[in-house]
Amino acid sequence: MLATKRLTKTFGGLAAVSNLDLELQQGELVGLIGPNGAGKTTVFNLLTGVYTPTEGDIILEGKSVVGLKPYQITARGMARTFQNIRLFNSLSVIENVKVACHWHSRYSLAGALLRLKSCVNGERQMQENALELLEMFNLAEKKDEPANSLPYGEQRRLEIVRALAAKPKLLLLDEPAAGMNPLETKDLMELIKKIRRLFGLTILLIEHDMSLVMGICERIYVLDYGKVIAQGTPEEIKNNKRVIEAYLGEEA
Amino acid sequence: MKHKNILIGILLIALYLAVYAAIGTGLIAPYYQVNLYLMGINIIAAVSLNLIVGFTGQLALGHAGFMAVGAYVSAVLTLKLGQPFLPAILAGAVCAFVIGIIIGLPTLRLTGDYLAIATLGFGEIIRGLLVNIDYVGGAAGINGIPKLTNWTWLYLFTLLTVFSIKNFVNSTHGRACIAIRDNELAAETMGINTTYYKVLAFSIGAFFAGIAGALYAHYFFLIQPATFSFMKSFDALVMVVFGGLGSITGSIIAAMAVTFMNAALINFGSLRMIIYALLLVIIMVFRPQGLMGTKEFTLKHLFRVKEGGSS
Repeated sequence: MLATKRLTKTFGGLAAVSNLDLELQQGELVGLIGPNGAGKTTVFNLLTGVYTPTEGDIILEGKSVVGLKPYQITARGMARTFQNIRLFNSLSVIENVKVACHWHSRYSLAGALLRLKSCVNGERQMQENALELLEMFNLAEKKDEPANSLPYGEQRRLEIVRALAAKPKLLLLDEPAAGMNPLETKDLMELIKKIRRLFGLTILLIEHDMSLVMGICERIYVLDYGKVIAQGTPEEIKNNKRVIEAYLGEEA
Repeated sequence: MKHKNILIGILLIALYLAVYAAIGTGLIAPYYQVNLYLMGINIIAAVSLNLIVGFTGQLALGHAGFMAVGAYVSAVLTLKLGQPFLPAILAGAVCAFVIGIIIGLPTLRLTGDYLAIATLGFGEIIRGLLVNIDYVGGAAGINGIPKLTNWTWLYLFTLLTVFSIKNFVNSTHGRACIAIRDNELAAETMGINTTYYKVLAFSIGAFFAGIAGALYAHYFFLIQPATFSFMKSFDALVMVVFGGLGSITGSIIAAMAVTFMNAALINFGSLRMIIYALLLVIIMVFRPQGLMGTKEFTLKHLFRVKEGGSS
């Protein structure tokens, strides 16, 4: 599904990510963890085309996506959420979702300017698709509210719904549980399971909340100083000496 | 929905006929007619600039440059080449559109202040070029342009501008532009080609600015490079900010109000600019989001006010 080969990104002299080899199989749920500043979000930015790798390759479904713009990568089937929420705040909840529908269901510009039938029908189709997604995730009631008026947890959920509206095959979640209380985190776990069940997606997840990571991920990569220091099942990771060192420091 | 559209249609035709009759019967004196035409031209300029600055969030200060392109191209076509008015207007607008693309591609990589300065520079370049082209009269400009802009043309093109831009911003394409304004990175990762949409909004805005320029040239029959100085771009920007960034009706109301204010203050002589500036300061202090914010004035508002008044 997704593979990175010796993926490297340097900022000046600092190697934020170096020689990273990730591999995700179709339908897997993989976690990417590591201490603060380990380069996790940089990996996401590389995968989605926000940054261009200094070296190495990213293969999505057998084809390299290096050098493509983020919107082109979205069209290849990758969508993401952000660590710090990035909704379109002046747009309503449903309009946020519709923005993500743009790349696959837009109608012609001429139709839009003259408000032709193609535009009216296209808008109706988008509205229906977006509403269906919102209903699935219990946000339909708030569809016309401004996105930034939602409570924090719902804003996070809306970001996920928006990413799903882009029809991804691979979903990247950047700290979806950040700032959530344990109860909200539990709901989120159910939500992620539901997404996998309904959409059959491959998911790559960055997270600090260990209960979430250990609870749902099938495989975990541990990153430290831009390098993979361990990988394996949650059980293996829990008992890995290098991981414990990276998180807690070496034994004195 | 259907009823509402019919009602708006009737209101617009009624407005057209009312003003037409008022001009015909001399109810609106020639002096006031100037302001009427300026209002229409300012509405077109403000609404088209709002698409760029308000909806797409790209602070551009070269709007007068596009007006100049529309004005000069159309004036050359009617005056020197003897072409009819309508093709001349459209040719002016298309030229502005093309130049919008050419200018937009390199400058829209910039953001915020940098974009403002770059587009400001572009406006001055256009002016500088016109001063140095003898064919269009250099600094003296073009004189004796046929006075072809009448109320019907003005009204038609104002409506065309307002409705095209309204349709655009209410479509998926317009939503893409607003998404860019709100969060460019998120828009790009949600599948929006941000460069395309920034350049598109910029050049559509330029297209309509070209129309405004063409109408201007064929009403005042004299255009000079100095007419389209930085101040003219700035006037349009004032209207957009005053009306509310991202509100079409706000821009319309502001364009009318500013034109009216300028006309009303003319008797105050040199105090005029001070009062004008003071009013702007007061408005910005008490209503920094502009008259309408990002909201639109709709018929519903009107009826709600009426219902409230009668009960």
